[in-house]
Amino acid sequence: MFLAQNLLEALESLTSNKLRSGLTMLGIVIGVAAVIAMLSVGQGASASITGAINEIGTNLIFVIPGGQEDVTVTRPLTMGDARAIADPLQAPSVLLVAPMIQSRVDVTVGGQSHSTQLQAVTADYQQVRNVTLSDGEFINDDQVLGRASVVVLGSDVADNLFGTTVGLVGETVRLQGQPFRIIGVEESKGGSGFASQDDHVTIPLTTAQARFTAQRGGAPDRLDMILAQSVTTEAVPQAVTEIEEILRLRHRVQVGKDDFTTFKQQDILQTAAQITGVLTIFLGGIAAISLLVGGIGIMNIMLVSVTERTREIGLRKALGARRRDILIQFLTESATLSLAGGIIGILLGWFLAWAVGQIATATGNDFTPVVGVDSILLATIFSAAVGLFFGIYPASRAASLQPVEALRYE
Amino acid sequence: MSDCVICLENVTKTYRMGEIEVNALAGVSMRIRRGEAVAIMGPSGSGKSTLMNILGCLDRPTSGRYELDGETVETLNDDALAAIRNRKVGFVFQSFNLLGRATALANVELPLRYAGMRKGRRERATLTLESVGLGDRIRHRPTELSGGQQQRVAIARALVNEPAMVLADEPTGNLDSRSGAEILQLLMQLNRERGTTLIVVTHDSSVAAKTQRVIRLRDGLIEAEYVPGSEPA
Repeated sequence: MFLAQNLLEALESLTSNKLRSGLTMLGIVIGVAAVIAMLSVGQGASASITGAINEIGTNLIFVIPGGQEDVTVTRPLTMGDARAIADPLQAPSVLLVAPMIQSRVDVTVGGQSHSTQLQAVTADYQQVRNVTLSDGEFINDDQVLGRASVVVLGSDVADNLFGTTVGLVGETVRLQGQPFRIIGVEESKGGSGFASQDDHVTIPLTTAQARFTAQRGGAPDRLDMILAQSVTTEAVPQAVTEIEEILRLRHRVQVGKDDFTTFKQQDILQTAAQITGVLTIFLGGIAAISLLVGGIGIMNIMLVSVTERTREIGLRKALGARRRDILIQFLTESATLSLAGGIIGILLGWFLAWAVGQIATATGNDFTPVVGVDSILLATIFSAAVGLFFGIYPASRAASLQPVEALRYE
Repeated sequence: MSDCVICLENVTKTYRMGEIEVNALAGVSMRIRRGEAVAIMGPSGSGKSTLMNILGCLDRPTSGRYELDGETVETLNDDALAAIRNRKVGFVFQSFNLLGRATALANVELPLRYAGMRKGRRERATLTLESVGLGDRIRHRPTELSGGQQQRVAIARALVNEPAMVLADEPTGNLDSRSGAEILQLLMQLNRERGTTLIVVTHDSSVAAKTQRVIRLRDGLIEAEYVPGSEPA
């Protein structure tokens, strides 16, 4: 008995009852398609999120005021802190520092108004956050020194107020009623809704301190955040240690009583990878359950088939079929059924993943599902294994039939 | 002994049906020579089917000895029995028992496949089908053949491995009298020309009349043995 002959006979037997074979296969098709689609959507989401986090900039360290819950006395972060961190003698692992003030602001032009996030920064911010402009220039050192009334628009803001992102340099917009000259427009970084990285305006730090912070009566020196970039990826932990030592010294706090918090971009990446990993396993697990159900369907149908063909099995045994021959015959049938279902399922899953990608793109999300070779391989092996596993019991029932009784069966 | 294809010595077969033990065969001894054509007769419940199952190596005797073509059968395991059936026994059933999905050719090839034959199966199956007069029907499926033609395919299937004996269980039982007579004629012709040992299990005394010897069973024992035409009372 040879593989090709067995396969041919299995196909003959399966095609002799097309509806039943088709319905049985459907269980596996749906299971495999679900596994493929879920894994690829999961991997796509993971790639998309990782990409978005990398867009923030690399080797980043964020410092924000405020510490653990039990720290009641909080000193704000100040320009003095930022300058100290920027000092290469005190913090040799830190390459660049970008102090920052954030608040909400209403941007108006010609009667149109748009509420957005205001970022007040220094020139180094461009390099630290990896800001690229589609038009014009970013804020420079002179503008920071001169407290210039200049603004760089995020692409969403430009779109919202002007309906375009080009040819806006030189135009004037009003922030809280005060005129600012547009000097540049940022390139879109992607993300949407709450995750949008394009819905903000950027002005010089000093301008914000003079025009907005002083108005609100706050300390003019106060910062909302200090961003630092380390010299290399490996130096990130060292840079964090240096920053924390500097700030503890300047704020006169003990270890464990920090009135500031640092976190690394790497931490965010790691957390995101963990979340998407768990999500992918979770989705894949649910999909695997449907594959299991499909497998039970195969076992059910194979049991029916064995009962129906008891006489045939008896005849084959009378003609000299050994236990093994019958076992192989029925295992080949169930494996063929599930493998064919698996292949169709892979194609269907691929299509589903593609469709999800299209829907995501159509709704403005930058998201491409990834159908990996590993998930295809996994689904193929898994579906064949399901066929074999759930075929074993019916096949061994067939193989252990006694020829006399099987031949007598009506 | 060497000219004996079948040698049964005091064979019994006991079935347990719940608490009751049924002696289907109570001690049967018989010898059948090579090339002989023998009919086994007897009323229902006489142990005919049980004897046929044991002769065909489909079942093992409870006690006694069975030697088929020089091989002791009663001690073999299932797979060895399957091999014996494959090489030494050709079955012809009352209801033909052909595979409905397969062509005549594929049906006849089946025993060759189980014998592990790799090359020349098709040629040999075709030759055998020609020898039973179905050379022009080898691609037909059973549903496209008449009852007589189906039984011819079954006979070809029984012969294809050149077995030591052909065991026919009511071979004409499902056929009209004309095709029944033709099938019987074919079996007898094969017995004469090829020297195939033939054992026919039947109710029909006109079938038995064509053979050389009749063995009549009753209540699990051999009641009588005679040459057709000289039937004892």
